[in-house]
Amino acid sequence: MTDAEWIALRDRMARALPAGAFEEGPADGVIHVQPRSLLYVGRYLLETEGFDYLSNVTGVDWLAEGEFEVVYHLYAMRRGARIARGEDPGGPLGPLVLKVRVPRERPVVPSVTSLWPSALWQEREVYDLMGIRFEGHPDLRRIYLWDEYEDHPLRKDYAPKED
Amino acid sequence: MNRETAVHVPMEVEELETEPITLNIGPQHPSTHGVFRMKVQLQGETIVALEPILGYLHRCQEKLAEGHTYLQSIPYTDRLDYICSMTNNHAYVLAVEKLAGIEVPRRAECIRVIMDELTRLLNHALAVGFLLNDMGAWLTPVQYGLREREKILDLFEMASGSRMMCNYMRFGGVAHDLPEGFMPLLRKVVAEFPGFIDEYERFLTTNEILLSRCKYVGILPPDRAIAYGVTGPVLRASGVPYDVRKVDRYSLYGEIDFDVPIGTVGDVYDRYLVRIYEMRQSVRILEQAIRMLEETPPGDIQSKVPRSLKPPIGEAYGRIESPKGELGFYLVSDGSEKPYRWRVRAPSFVNLTPLEEMCRGHKVADIVLILGSIDITMAEVDR
Amino acid sequence: MSEQEISPEQLELERRGIFLTTVEGLYNWGRRSSMWPMMFGLACCAIEMIATGAPRFDLARFGSELFRASPRQADVMIVAGTVTKKMAPLVVRLYNQMPEPRYVVAMGACAISGGPFREGYAVVRGVDRYIPVDVYIPGCPPRPESLLHGWMTLQRLIDHQRLKDVPWYGKDGNTRERPIPLYGAHDLELPEER
Repeated sequence: MTDAEWIALRDRMARALPAGAFEEGPADGVIHVQPRSLLYVGRYLLETEGFDYLSNVTGVDWLAEGEFEVVYHLYAMRRGARIARGEDPGGPLGPLVLKVRVPRERPVVPSVTSLWPSALWQEREVYDLMGIRFEGHPDLRRIYLWDEYEDHPLRKDYAPKED
Repeated sequence: MNRETAVHVPMEVEELETEPITLNIGPQHPSTHGVFRMKVQLQGETIVALEPILGYLHRCQEKLAEGHTYLQSIPYTDRLDYICSMTNNHAYVLAVEKLAGIEVPRRAECIRVIMDELTRLLNHALAVGFLLNDMGAWLTPVQYGLREREKILDLFEMASGSRMMCNYMRFGGVAHDLPEGFMPLLRKVVAEFPGFIDEYERFLTTNEILLSRCKYVGILPPDRAIAYGVTGPVLRASGVPYDVRKVDRYSLYGEIDFDVPIGTVGDVYDRYLVRIYEMRQSVRILEQAIRMLEETPPGDIQSKVPRSLKPPIGEAYGRIESPKGELGFYLVSDGSEKPYRWRVRAPSFVNLTPLEEMCRGHKVADIVLILGSIDITMAEVDR
Repeated sequence: MSEQEISPEQLELERRGIFLTTVEGLYNWGRRSSMWPMMFGLACCAIEMIATGAPRFDLARFGSELFRASPRQADVMIVAGTVTKKMAPLVVRLYNQMPEPRYVVAMGACAISGGPFREGYAVVRGVDRYIPVDVYIPGCPPRPESLLHGWMTLQRLIDHQRLKDVPWYGKDGNTRERPIPLYGAHDLELPEER
């Protein structure tokens, strides 16, 4: 996104969303959201701003700060598809980075599968490897490791047993 | 046979008495493109539900990368999508260059574009071959594809020293310059490739069996494709011309002239056709890239980068259009020489999400066809 | 045929068109010249295995072009690729399903010892932890020529097998069934450990 597009988007969001729904991150194109307003902000971005392509859902374990962070990368696919047709996209293309932080003792984040179904398996992966639960996910099970497995290996305090 | 009769017949027309059955396909199966398992609920031969089960090739790459330096992770990216090692390298070095703010000299960019497009040719030739393998044309089209792949692998071996796991791209450029005999052989391969695509098309595109098995099978409508985050030839076959090369204009793709082929229906046949046309566009890109390489004065192929790279604190998401879709790397740096978080956004993983939706209502024999048309590599799905 | 010394009498007979051999030699020659591999490509090495079956390197001239999908019809299991802990019970089960005489070729660094993914929490450090391996082919991935060299090594191994020593032949021929590991809470567990 260009600087002008980011400033315009940020101002539109500040006017349309209630105060405190989101905070800007230190870098351009980054938005921090509280877990309780994630779905509200997500629906605004999907339906009004046209960010219809959720590219990536990741979990990051900030052990020193005692928090888990879920990062979403959003792009505008229908606008981006206009470029190949030779037309002007008419808006920001992305990436827009959405971040949610939850405490490590209670890692629960609302699921965005109702907005972007591409998060179906990616959220299962974050649950499997990091242990973050996604409320509202239709099928939250382990995806890579077997069901009897009890650990969450991608956490920073995971210690494999010596072999 | 009239082409119009090749239409999928809905289940209600059948008057046979059928029974429900649960079938397990895989993980050891000749047509699942690796270790992929599916639990299929059938009513007779028609699919009612399908549950994919992954993880049989989970090699813990993301955890391993947190223990390696950025440079040590480059060979591991080769092993993500093992058929297309050059594009994996490219996506990773692009992400690190974004993170650390490294510039790439023009000669290296030309070489990267050439390697990327050669990989795309290789992958699509194999993908079409394996799709036909799943259809029952036991290995003959695969042999044609493998024959062309060997010619391209000779080029890769000349440049990087290895056939498959090339480990060729570095931060700020490429590892070695192109050797003496590379350009004549490259020109020969590029000149002969359209003839190979013509040969493939002559046998396949109007083939009765292919048409009756592939048309109207596994349809993915465009709004479902966008919602599921599908990218690559699968998305373009559904009619959405989204190509990361056109949107992000990374490397030299902003200066190169090429078209983005799209399909109309979004079925298996459209995905096959999109791959054939993308091969032709890749040849077009290669011709332009060769000319750009010759016009660039000889110079550095890698900018000066410290051997032990310590990027500033921050994060970056670098993505490219790999032959299978959008391949992205999300890196979080804490200022040290090892990444804090190393994440791969694998196209095969996300493209596989709508598999159940595409398969419902079709027959058992169509599952492997739809799976083959998505073109997955399990090492990328499972990482 | 195996590399045995041919005596002058045998040579004289062969010149006249009479070939002598042992039952063992004939049995081994028949087995080693048509080994049917099982399709067990797990990861990257599978692509080099397929490339070995391609026209350029051609595994068919060794009698092995027929990759069988079912373990019941295969002689050799080429473990090509990383064996993960989730896959390991299935590898052992497939090995148990193969009829004797059966051989296992560990192709690539991952099947030999875990390879570059050795430190992974979900990777088995070598398939020989669970099934016996006859030939190890190092490489990552091994070139098709390496696989052919490994194939010829396996053929030489079969040539030198004596019928009185092999476990599957004879009155009390027993198959070497291996215990199937089970999924545990933190790792794989063999049945007797539970």
